[in-house]
Amino acid sequence: MSEAIRLEGIHKSFDGLEVLKGIDLTLDEHQVVCLIGASGSGKSTLLRCINLLEQVEAGRIWIHGAEITVQGVDRNAVRRQVGIVFQAFNLFPHMTVLGNVSLAPIKVLKQGRAAAEANARELLARFGLAEKAGDYPDRLSGGQQQRVAIVRALAMDPDVLLLDEITSALDPELVAEVLDVIRGLAEQGMTMVIATHEMSFARDIADRVSFLDEGRILEEGPPEQIFSAPTQERTRRFLDRIIAAGRM
Amino acid sequence: MTQPGDRASDGGAKERRRSRILRGFSLKEEGAKAVLIATVSTLVVLGLLAYAAVSSPYWPEFKDEFLNRQVFAESFPDILRAFKRNIFYFLTAEPVILAFALMLAVLRSLRGPVFFPLRALSTIYVDLFRGIPTVLVVFALGFGIPTLRIPGFPVEGWFWGWVALILSYSAYVAEVYRAGIESVHPSQTAASRALGLSRWQSLRSVVIPQAVRRVVPPLMNDFISLQKDTALIAFVSAFSAEAFLKAQRISAGDFNFTPFVGAALCFLIITIPMTRFTDWLLERQRKRRMAGGLA
Repeated sequence: MSEAIRLEGIHKSFDGLEVLKGIDLTLDEHQVVCLIGASGSGKSTLLRCINLLEQVEAGRIWIHGAEITVQGVDRNAVRRQVGIVFQAFNLFPHMTVLGNVSLAPIKVLKQGRAAAEANARELLARFGLAEKAGDYPDRLSGGQQQRVAIVRALAMDPDVLLLDEITSALDPELVAEVLDVIRGLAEQGMTMVIATHEMSFARDIADRVSFLDEGRILEEGPPEQIFSAPTQERTRRFLDRIIAAGRM
Repeated sequence: MTQPGDRASDGGAKERRRSRILRGFSLKEEGAKAVLIATVSTLVVLGLLAYAAVSSPYWPEFKDEFLNRQVFAESFPDILRAFKRNIFYFLTAEPVILAFALMLAVLRSLRGPVFFPLRALSTIYVDLFRGIPTVLVVFALGFGIPTLRIPGFPVEGWFWGWVALILSYSAYVAEVYRAGIESVHPSQTAASRALGLSRWQSLRSVVIPQAVRRVVPPLMNDFISLQKDTALIAFVSAFSAEAFLKAQRISAGDFNFTPFVGAALCFLIITIPMTRFTDWLLERQRKRRMAGGLA
């Protein structure tokens, strides 16, 4: 298996507050890594560094063997390869669902409008959103909006998908429909880095689970090991809190 | 432990429901009563004001000077014709203002050190023209530029007065746009950049369309101001009379001020409906925001 992402010694701070304190992470193609950890542990920031929405202060990142943390890298080209889905969906409210999904293929991939829209409709249909194509995002439920956001990222045909707590803003009854979509993608072999609070989902889907704590990866391993026999005291305490909150 | 509290809150909810129902009834009755009271009190106030005006010793003279039926009948058609020039001024100036101001606002919102000179230029421009009285710009350009006799440029005062309005209003409108651009949440930019759109594509396809939608009502307000300020061109156009200048000329002939009332009417015919329309837009926007919709 070839390497999809390699991170080495990633540091990032905001206004003097160090959020990432040297992160190393690698994943191969078709692998799924789940990042778990308390809010503020740096999961979102790490994901945003991988597609260059945040600039790293130190450390290096390679995507498919090509370093993207060098001067003069084409950020837009990197982002075409690495899709991201956000916690708050961030759909474009002034565009229809079809417009949201076909915008980047038209503008960035220079597809013709007809081709881009046909492709968008096909993708939407595959995720059960065919009849929503003409609707504006505010007409959709949260789960539908998030599925549209996933389709929007997929329309760019990315090699890697980053998912930033994509179910955290959803009502509990809408979480399953979104997670099912991600399960489907994992089965099709999509390479994904998933920041999540859904532990049972992480246990099901992840090839590897990384526990982030105060900007460091404290513990990493196969899900059965992390969830059943964590070696670190802090991992254990975090999982105890999650269980107490009824999230696992 | 929790039971007494529960019961109390339950009772509270019932009480609230009941009082809401009661209030609903009384509101209906009050509604009809309110309309009646408003009508009567309006009539009384207007009546008193009218009586006070008419019974004033200056009324006959005032009526003759400002509300002279004969002068009105004679002058109004000419003024109305002259008002076509005002319409021409603001209809042609507005698109130029909207485009130029958008450019200023976009330049000002560009990030990064490379764009510093453009950002600085735009900021200086806006500070300058927002700080100078419009009438001063109209005078300076309308009288000043024609004396330079620059080859290829018009020498008519009205043209430079028109340019002055564009320069001045663009500064105001640029600020309105900028407020709109800044009101679009950064996550929208993040989402579009994450899809690989360039900074410019993201601004053009995602940020600006949302920004412009939000600032339509304040833009309308500036448009209404512009309509009125086309009268300023009167000061620098000797030959192409617009409504205000026309009224001035007619009035100067016989010292009757009725033509100004005629000119005022011309402006009001346009500005009042526009103001109501703007209010309606604002109200619609407010309702949508309350309903949780975006944009």
